[in-house]
Amino acid sequence: MKSLAELQAIKDKMKDKVVLREGTGEIRVVVGMATCGIAAGARPVLNEFVQDVNEEGLSGKVTVSQTGCIGICQYEPVVEVFEAGKEKVTYVKMNAEKAKDVVARHLRGGQVVTEYTIGAYQA
Amino acid sequence: MKELSLNILDIAENSVKAGASLTEIRVTEKDGLLTLRIIDDGCGMTEEVLRRVTDPFYTTRTTRKVGMGLPLLKMEAEMTGGEMTVTSRYVGDFPEGHGTEVTATFYEDHIDFIPLGDVVSSITTLIQGHPDTDFLFDHESDAFHVTLDTRELRGILEDVPLNSYEVIMWIDSYLREQYEEDPLS
Repeated sequence: MKSLAELQAIKDKMKDKVVLREGTGEIRVVVGMATCGIAAGARPVLNEFVQDVNEEGLSGKVTVSQTGCIGICQYEPVVEVFEAGKEKVTYVKMNAEKAKDVVARHLRGGQVVTEYTIGAYQA
Repeated sequence: MKELSLNILDIAENSVKAGASLTEIRVTEKDGLLTLRIIDDGCGMTEEVLRRVTDPFYTTRTTRKVGMGLPLLKMEAEMTGGEMTVTSRYVGDFPEGHGTEVTATFYEDHIDFIPLGDVVSSITTLIQGHPDTDFLFDHESDAFHVTLDTRELRGILEDVPLNSYEVIMWIDSYLREQYEEDPLS
């Protein structure tokens, strides 16, 4: 059974790590969480990114955050990846499985997953 | 929406965008009636905006706090024979005690009732995305009473962020265990 005492233990364990955990912000993953995104399935996509970034040990350089309507509702769930010195990558019609793929191939492997990008859908 | 929990996420996101420091999400289930209340202390809406807030073709794009969200919730409530009401006190008129309250009722035995779904996931998603604002979640039925107040957690965590992965995982388990707890044990 989870207890508040257990949360206290998590805090004690983590308080020295906080500075390290803030990350360098080298890569920013932004998930659209307006009505259009949520209705299309953004919640599991966001949760998959959060989980995989942590499990892959990428939380030092990758931050996952939310934004409102990006303006391309027909392509939701939409995920944008911002990386210093590189062009923004827009992934569209995402789901949890594709999110897992993006973490492995793009965020960890450094290769844009072209088939999920908006360019691939508009071509 | 496929689940009412997604509407909860959507409406509460509006509360955060309206500058709320505390958003209360209260669900009660009694005698086949599900009542959902989302109460925030955000900037509120003017009477003009409030009058048109359930019109899906009306939007205030500059603030992005009105759109399809409330019309969808209203439709989903009315489909079951329930209703939705919105009251609001605009910060310009009420420098103290401003905010918005959305109340929706649903008859659970109606064929068009949309299930509540994974409400825990909506709560953790809200906290994950907005670690600097507070949420109070309370879900009460005859079988269980699930509560979470991030202000209480914040007091324990001090400077450890609420959206640290370990903390989010703890919140997820903490809530799910409250649902699973046998009330007779």
